[in-house]
Amino acid sequence: MNFIPFHAGSRQRKLWQFHGGLHLPDEKTLSNTEPAAPLPLPSQLVIPLQQHIGTPARACVAVGDRVRTGQVIGEPQGPVSAPVHASTSGVVTAIEPRAVPHPSGLQAPCVIIDADGLDQWAELPPPIPAFKQTAADDLRQRIRQSGIVGMGGASFPADVKLAPGGEHPVETLIINGAECEPYITCDDRLMREHAADIIDGVHIMLHILDARRCLVGIEDNKPEAIAAMRQAVSAAGLERLIEVVCIPTLYPSGGEKQLIRILTGKEVPSHDIPARIGLLVQNVGTAMAVADAVLRGRPLIERLVTVSGRGVAHPRNFRVRIGTPAAALVAASGGYRPDQARLVIGGPMMGYAVESDAIPVTKSLNCVLALTSAESPDPGPAQPCIRCGRCAEVCPARLLPQQLYWHARAKDLDKVQDYNLFDCIECGCCALVCPSHIPLVQYYRYAKTESWAREREKQAAEHARQRHAAREARLQRLERERQARLRQKKAAAPAKATAAGAKAGARTGAKTGAVAGTKTASQHADRQAAIEAARKRAAERRQAKAATADPAASPPPTANAGQETNAGETR
Amino acid sequence: MLIPIAAIAALASLFGLLLGYSAIRFRVEGDPIADQIDALLPQSQCGQCGYPGCRPYAEAVAAGEAEINGCAPGGEATMLALADLLGREPVEVDAQAAPPAMVAIVDEQACIGCTKCLQACPVDAIVGAAKQLHGIIASECTGCGLCIDPCPVDCIHLEPVPETTATWKWPYPVPRPTRQPVNQSANPSGQWQPQAAVPDVGPPDDAHRPAA
Ligand code: SF4
Ligand code: SF4
Ligand code: SF4
Ligand code: SF4
Repeated sequence: MNFIPFHAGSRQRKLWQFHGGLHLPDEKTLSNTEPAAPLPLPSQLVIPLQQHIGTPARACVAVGDRVRTGQVIGEPQGPVSAPVHASTSGVVTAIEPRAVPHPSGLQAPCVIIDADGLDQWAELPPPIPAFKQTAADDLRQRIRQSGIVGMGGASFPADVKLAPGGEHPVETLIINGAECEPYITCDDRLMREHAADIIDGVHIMLHILDARRCLVGIEDNKPEAIAAMRQAVSAAGLERLIEVVCIPTLYPSGGEKQLIRILTGKEVPSHDIPARIGLLVQNVGTAMAVADAVLRGRPLIERLVTVSGRGVAHPRNFRVRIGTPAAALVAASGGYRPDQARLVIGGPMMGYAVESDAIPVTKSLNCVLALTSAESPDPGPAQPCIRCGRCAEVCPARLLPQQLYWHARAKDLDKVQDYNLFDCIECGCCALVCPSHIPLVQYYRYAKTESWAREREKQAAEHARQRHAAREARLQRLERERQARLRQKKAAAPAKATAAGAKAGARTGAKTGAVAGTKTASQHADRQAAIEAARKRAAERRQAKAATADPAASPPPTANAGQETNAGETR
Repeated sequence: MLIPIAAIAALASLFGLLLGYSAIRFRVEGDPIADQIDALLPQSQCGQCGYPGCRPYAEAVAAGEAEINGCAPGGEATMLALADLLGREPVEVDAQAAPPAMVAIVDEQACIGCTKCLQACPVDAIVGAAKQLHGIIASECTGCGLCIDPCPVDCIHLEPVPETTATWKWPYPVPRPTRQPVNQSANPSGQWQPQAAVPDVGPPDDAHRPAA
């Protein structure tokens, strides 16, 4: 069943099918009819220092600094990291934790910029129009400087992904324009409005990778985008390198491994990356950002964001500066309707619900979804699994969701990994078809984060063990050295008799005198007094603590104080 | 008849020699069981098990001198892991869940620079010198609490390690009782529930042919 090819479009390219998948009502027409509108600059931008997978950037501006549009405000830390840039000009008013788009609702360090409304650009690195004559490493460096990360949602630093290493040369670059999640249309609008830029970006990436060809996969529910992209390819005269392929609409065709399967028929090995089989997938938004960085020197400071769902008055796409609050987007879409019930970041299938819209747009935030309760009805309480097997039928990763569920529910993290938990793309197909309404994906997310935490704990324990061992070794060595010195002294002692002893005594006496002399006596006394006072305070505190903890058993104060001093001496 | 017997005898003595030689030549240093136990312990080196550190406790367990439920920071999870490794019956653990991860904090106003905490820390997580303010390297601190008592001015306390977006964990789904009215917020999973989702069966039909 998986090898049934069919021919798409006029180009007769052979396509394959991935396992499972669902036809979902796509809800795209809600938001894709109007061009993306530029959102007016907000008065304040909140720019998270971590908008990528890897080490967070470190702020390199201070509170009170004036920054200009495109200026670096966070330096990357380590190889897998990305810088962040000021999205507009203004003054840094704070560097502090703020709520960020994350399922936890936790805060993370952000740089807060009060915009001055002038939008003055910083001096940008020079454009590289002749990228074909430029070394791949220089282009990668430019991409890194520009803070480009995967914009399809994974937000992996693009320069790292574009350097897959020597032993697996990338033969085919795949550009993901599938946008398979319902409601989201920002890639659709981007392809319609900026096809030429995207193709430029693709051309640059092909040059960096020295790849032979590029396939752009777009679902057939976006005919305008397909037409625009094909036109841009012919306008650039790159038909021999780049092919725009129309693929059937089937969720989740935009999954990396699923798109690879559709376009090439290849299966990416479990626990591995596509580069292993000579493939590399990038999102259309990333391609556009690469073109901006290389041809115009512009860092990644804005993106398209879809605001959709029947819970907002006027769903549409916006061109937004990074750091703009989601609330401003919702307001620009006419605000919430009264029957709005839940707010989701990302698509309805893979996104996560958030409590509040006081969160900034980040590099990988593609959609703000306000759903009504009619759009996300209560599935009812979870019933026991009836082992119907429907979940396995629709799983695009060919997993056994039912087995994963049993083991995740039993908190058996080893077993659940034996069933390839980490191949699960959290697409939600299994949970959607489950007749028992079991929140399957929630179980998998729980098991994944729990496994990571366990891994972290293991590493921390190993680290502590090593440090402890090193300390023990050091203490032993010091002890040995001390013993050795003592033995030496003892051996030397009988030879040098009493005269030497007297000399030594005189010397130590002189020494102490000198030390005392260097410090004024009053200083010394002050210090002693301070220490005494601190000790007294501590003793009182301890006493108070003991008294509150167990008033009846508290010993009389004098006895307690005595214990304290004793303890101090013995230690 | 004699030849097979001789051959078998020769083989037997050959293998005997081989085994004897490898037992000496490839002798495993240390106590592999204690190593395995040590690898399962949280390495806080806190001494709550009654031994001066995790390694001595691991050796005691390996020698059968200590129970497997001695490690308080490890909690039930560590006890179960040990039971699993050693094939012993699980035993009762006082505290069910492992306590939250802690980190020590020095009150900078009160520290007199006595270096007592520095000497007590089993993982060298404290930096300082005599009469200088001491600081704790949070990333190295295991939260064992051994530095608290030695401090003469009581200026060290433990705080739970703050949760960040990188360490946050998805909660375990609350198993809702079946066949009971739902009394909480609708759709807790955030799962979209369209009515018209159709599984994809077989090859795409004409309806999904691309519009060329
Ligand atoms: S679809 Fe639901 S009920 Fe059916 S086997 Fe999977 S988990 Fe069980
Ligand atoms: S969420 Fe995971 S297990 Fe469920 S269908 Fe998708 S890939 Fe398969
Ligand atoms: S109680 Fe646990 S963590 Fe503490 S020293 Fe003993 S084995 Fe190590
Ligand atoms: S700083 Fe204190 S709590 Fe932290 S590891 Fe050292 S002794 Fe233990």
